[in-house]
Amino acid sequence: MSETSSLTLSLTPPLTPSVSSNFLMALHDSVPGRVLTSQEACRPYECDGLSAYRHTPDVVVLPETVDEVRAILRLCHAHNVPVVARGAGTGLAGGALPLQGGVLLGMAKFNRILNIDAANRTARVQPGVRNLAISEAVAAQGLYYAPDPSSQIACSIGGNVAENSGGVHCLKYGLTVHNVLSVTMLTMEGEMLTLGSAALDAPGLDLLALFTGSEGLLGIITEVTVKLLPRPERAQVLLAAYDDVEKAGAAVATIIAAGVIPAGLEMMDNPAIRAAEAFVHAGYPEDAAAILLCELDGTNAEVSEEILRVRELLVNSGATEVRTAKDEAQRMKFWAGRKNAFPAVGRLSPDYYCMDGTIPRQHLAHVLGEIARLSDEYGLKVANVFHAGDGNLHPLILYDANTPGELEKTEAFGRRILELCVQVGGTVTGEHGVGVEKLDAMCSQFAAPELAQFHAIKAAFDPAGLLNPGKAIPTLHRCAEMGRMHVHGGALPFPELPRF
Amino acid sequence: MDCATSLKEQVIAAKAAATPLCIVGGGSKAFYGRKVQAGAELDVRQHAGIVSYEPTELVVTARCGTTLAELESVLAEHGQMLPFEPPHFSGGATVGGMVAAGLSGPRRPWGGAVRDAVLGVTLLTGKGEILRFGGQVMKNVAGYDVSRLLAGSLGGLGVILEVSLRVLPRPVVEISLVQDADATTALQRLTAWQGKPWPLTASLHDGERLWLRLSGTEAGVAAARSSLGGESETCGNNMDTALWQNVRDQRLPFFTQQQPLWRLSVPPATQALMLPGGQELVEWGGAQRWLHTDATAEQVYAAASKVGGHATLFRGHEGCGVVFQPMAAPLLALHKRLKASFDPAGIFNSGVMVEGL
Repeated sequence: MSETSSLTLSLTPPLTPSVSSNFLMALHDSVPGRVLTSQEACRPYECDGLSAYRHTPDVVVLPETVDEVRAILRLCHAHNVPVVARGAGTGLAGGALPLQGGVLLGMAKFNRILNIDAANRTARVQPGVRNLAISEAVAAQGLYYAPDPSSQIACSIGGNVAENSGGVHCLKYGLTVHNVLSVTMLTMEGEMLTLGSAALDAPGLDLLALFTGSEGLLGIITEVTVKLLPRPERAQVLLAAYDDVEKAGAAVATIIAAGVIPAGLEMMDNPAIRAAEAFVHAGYPEDAAAILLCELDGTNAEVSEEILRVRELLVNSGATEVRTAKDEAQRMKFWAGRKNAFPAVGRLSPDYYCMDGTIPRQHLAHVLGEIARLSDEYGLKVANVFHAGDGNLHPLILYDANTPGELEKTEAFGRRILELCVQVGGTVTGEHGVGVEKLDAMCSQFAAPELAQFHAIKAAFDPAGLLNPGKAIPTLHRCAEMGRMHVHGGALPFPELPRF
Repeated sequence: MDCATSLKEQVIAAKAAATPLCIVGGGSKAFYGRKVQAGAELDVRQHAGIVSYEPTELVVTARCGTTLAELESVLAEHGQMLPFEPPHFSGGATVGGMVAAGLSGPRRPWGGAVRDAVLGVTLLTGKGEILRFGGQVMKNVAGYDVSRLLAGSLGGLGVILEVSLRVLPRPVVEISLVQDADATTALQRLTAWQGKPWPLTASLHDGERLWLRLSGTEAGVAAARSSLGGESETCGNNMDTALWQNVRDQRLPFFTQQQPLWRLSVPPATQALMLPGGQELVEWGGAQRWLHTDATAEQVYAAASKVGGHATLFRGHEGCGVVFQPMAAPLLALHKRLKASFDPAGIFNSGVMVEGL
């Protein structure tokens, strides 16, 4: 996303106007040399991957040992100072947006792989280790770490756990929650807990599942043990073009009904295809209404057999064209367009806003139709990129932040899309998280008692409410003020009343 | 039948009367965990039925009282299955009990656990509120993942009224192989094979022989069989199914011995734990081990903990002592706070996991 002007945020965390000088002195004493306070030094931490929201932190701390993290947390706890954890800063929902009067806790220096256990197919790593670095480190053993968010070159595993990151291979290999065995974390009081274990499960409640995707509100991650998978012998990809989005959607259902679980199954609509083609020249058919990319992986024998089956299914699904990548170079080329779809769309417009709803796939045609209608209503163009296998839709709304009012219009459009996702039985965020960005959208998805339960869970982990306060879960007050209607199972409250 | 309202009223009444409840389903896993301290039973079997099933979305939603047998037969009609191969044990197992117990069968290391397949729940809390978490889609990071937290929660956080589960296509071909192998050789082979993308979906070692199940496409399974096979022989198809069902439901002679039965969950390549009088049955590519031993509970817990795993006194206990591997004090305190957030009056399945929880 290109740079945009900053917004005035309506976040209301429990905080003082700025950190006190007493606190700063204590912080310098506690972790000498790790504290940044100058505007210049703190500026790079003003936002994460969602740069529409910015706030230069009062103080940034960059600890290098677990003892330092503990000392920082205890001090913040004693002084009632909120803490925002940050990994690589690639998050797309503003989860690492600094809070006024708070400490920005950068965990990037925890970048060591502590242990690779090839026999048990696990790696124990510090939270600042980059996602891709894990796969690179274990490649010689024929292993890899499966979740591959598009930012995998840069994003850190701690951030992946905090956001429960996905990627293009979720349909077959799951999200972060399916690929992590254990997390060691510090509570706001500085108490160390290990959730999960080196085995496949752990005694007690599944706190690892609860913690994964908790967006920095429950604890600070100090260590992660990930599950490694044997690298498939072979991967092959098919490209199918359609003159109608609905046919492409139906083809996805046909593949799954036939009992095939592709490693990746992606869809792009015409604006996304044209943008990608103009950018990376992947050879996509520019006149297609939609294309599907279907990747199969496994042993040689499996892939050889399945690729023929899927090809036949695609040919019979009304595709105008079906191509099979002949070799690895062509496979990479087919993927290049999809993997560069976001920057490609970024070239079409000064700014774009990436949405992240998930829908039951059967509603795809309806949802895309509604998005097109809203696009006309708001006068803003949209390109759609879709993790078709798992229903995760990324509409990219094109806008210009320098045109007064256009960002606000874009946000309103985005909210309508997310409400639509909830109405058809989906969710407001499939893999990017709520952060600050989707707080209002959360009001459409959850009713007050559910939000109250979320807040109670937070209080069980962090009674003082100092870890990333105000993010991920909206206050009941905020939802009430928004006057948002909570929609459940497609039913509006009081369905008998007319609405205009 | 939808009995959510009636169940809710019963919970509200029990809360008002301060009567702790024991949630009851099919009773197939009544032996599991500690004895619940309760003044009354809350029978949830009437709240049954498959609410929705969309095979092409790979998602099914069912009420808690639905029997596992019914759910699995409906999935089988569409060539699909539960990826975690849940145990039925003595029969009558229900969907709610399956999620609450969180136990998975032979396919677990390759197909995932119950929690991995849970997409959404409707929960009746101790406050008498009906809450919905998660949904019917695979990718969903809105709010804390309460749905997965409930898998294995043993009913202590509330009544799982309804659950949405991810399902998978049944493999086209499934065969079993058996080879002679002592414990060390079996572990070595399992470790080596799991480092390669072979289509393994189950393993069992009884001390002398190693059974493997391969699942996938015709060509994929055939290729794996010729590579892994060596001196192996193939069982008949009926025997395959029966063998893995007997493992899953603990009907092998090993499980019916009089001694207490321990479940050890350990890193898969862990060498056999040399406990006094130990007899092991190794599953899950090495990650799950069933054990009869003369060792004390303290010795078993210590041995499991030393290798990074944990132990459960699975069968053959009185239900009033320690059953699950004891937790560190701060973790136990967190459990208590979490339990209180869902069930402040402590009316659900009190003491099932740990005394006082």
